[in-house]
Amino acid sequence: MKRSLFPMAVLSAVMVFLYVPILLVVAYGFIPNGISMSFFDASGHFTGFSGKWYSMIFSNDMRLGALMQSFWLSLTVAGLATLFSCIIGTTSALALHKWRSRLQTVHHALVYMPLIMPDILIGISLLMLFVACSVDCGFWTILIAHVTFCVSYVVMTVLARLQDFDDRLVEAAYDLGAGQWYTFFHVQLPILMPGIVAGGLLAFTLSIDDVVITSFVNGAGTNTFPTYVSSMTKHSRNLPAVFALSTLMLLFTCAMAGLSKFIARGHQQKQKG
Amino acid sequence: MSAKSKKTEWLLTLPSFAWLLLFFAIPALIVLAFTFHGHTANGGVGEWSLSTWRELVDPDYPTIVWKTIRISFEVTAWCIVLALPCAYAIARMRKRWRALVAGAIMLPFWTSFVVRVFAWKTMLHPDGWLQTCYHAYLHFKFWLFAWVPGMHVPAASSGSAGGCLIGIAGCAIDPAATTILDSEIAVVLVSVYSFLPFAIMPIYSAAEKFDFSLMEAARDLGAKNLYAFRKIFIPGVWQGIVSAVLMVFIPAIGSYVIPQMLGGTDCVLIGNKIFMRAMQNRNIPHASALATLMAVSVLVPIGLAMWWRKRQNARDRKRLEVRTTRLMTAGGMA
Repeated sequence: MKRSLFPMAVLSAVMVFLYVPILLVVAYGFIPNGISMSFFDASGHFTGFSGKWYSMIFSNDMRLGALMQSFWLSLTVAGLATLFSCIIGTTSALALHKWRSRLQTVHHALVYMPLIMPDILIGISLLMLFVACSVDCGFWTILIAHVTFCVSYVVMTVLARLQDFDDRLVEAAYDLGAGQWYTFFHVQLPILMPGIVAGGLLAFTLSIDDVVITSFVNGAGTNTFPTYVSSMTKHSRNLPAVFALSTLMLLFTCAMAGLSKFIARGHQQKQKG
Repeated sequence: MSAKSKKTEWLLTLPSFAWLLLFFAIPALIVLAFTFHGHTANGGVGEWSLSTWRELVDPDYPTIVWKTIRISFEVTAWCIVLALPCAYAIARMRKRWRALVAGAIMLPFWTSFVVRVFAWKTMLHPDGWLQTCYHAYLHFKFWLFAWVPGMHVPAASSGSAGGCLIGIAGCAIDPAATTILDSEIAVVLVSVYSFLPFAIMPIYSAAEKFDFSLMEAARDLGAKNLYAFRKIFIPGVWQGIVSAVLMVFIPAIGSYVIPQMLGGTDCVLIGNKIFMRAMQNRNIPHASALATLMAVSVLVPIGLAMWWRKRQNARDRKRLEVRTTRLMTAGGMA
């Protein structure tokens, strides 16, 4: 019997469905008229593409001040949240991997729960905490919230890497006279590094993309890129700049992914040769 | 050694444990505690009372909870139905292609989620091409089913008679009553768009381990394609399907951005109500109670899935035991 073409057809349709909005994000970045958000003017004539939003982004135009400010805030928060969650997450994964005590059972549950809870519940409960302690919301509350939801993802990624880790390496290092700290920094950490980097990348993407939790704990006037965009209306005249900025981010991440693949391949070939 | 090891364990556990206790577990308890308080007129938290839970019977809330659950089921069903053939198709590709296509499915996640939703918002604009397609579809549908008595037609209200389109069969469709934007359709459509990769990935990784020669065997024994797919493939990737359901259902229940940006006033879900109560009306006990309801509606399916998996594992183990004993007795007899 012949193999059905139906699954392939569905897959192609799904790919179109997934990619049309992305292509439009790229296209909308070249719209000349930010108010009508259309490539056609009132009389139906094609207005052509425009690179003015890109030049505005690169020339630090005043009109994009708030947008760019929110963008840099997002990068700062994501960077710091990644750093902290990587440190906390790695120690946590080491503990979870090595010991099987009652403490670790509770610890594991505590790490696992944020993964299965919808974002909005983490957001509202943190808001309640800040209300109960009458803390003013702002940069620090955003950072705390982001570290909280990133930690669990880092722990799970590092833990997966630890599962392949050969514990005899540590014992070998001890036998050869290395101290605890020396072993950690020169044996365990280098081997765990790919796991930590993967977890960190995940944390960074989650943090830079988060809108739900941030919109609960950002307070008045502190906006990250996603909360700023979600507060824009359709007719906020600078909308194409948002799409242009997203296109740049997409290009950047694609380049990074390509680069890491390239480096990994080079590494493999070196090991083979 | 043991005392030192205990100390190291505590030292390594402390940072994450303390952090998550302080910023995850305790806040959750605070939320729970707030539900047993009344609210004060100036947006504060009042005395201990059961008034909040009593007020939840308000005709507004049960409808919203029900609507959220219904929409989450719809979104999950669409995602699974679309993800199954996709995962199947990817798993049957050559190895080089598999990694490429799986990567391509995750690639949209490298653009900001909000920006993608915004792109949808622009696409679904009442003057946009998707809206035109949808109208054409509605006209076709009403033309096709015009003979069915009681067919629901979103007819023009008297006020907007000037703007209504005349369908093929002459029935009028009110453009204002059939816009996709600011309606439930938009929310379901964009939710499926956003969560679909989360459904494809777990099913695909289960399908990758699936032995496709079983399908060939079924076909050799005379099973039709669809029958083999239903009876062999779906049970084979069942674990993946369960993960996929959870991966879609949980964020769908907690959905806030999509109904906020695309649902208008027609599609307010629990998430939006929580945000409204917490940030706009400053009724913190009500927001807490809704959050508790949401947590329950997430924990129930997870609990069920875990229970089911445990039972399945126990059953598998039992089956294995029975088979081993049988083999051993057979061996003993021989």
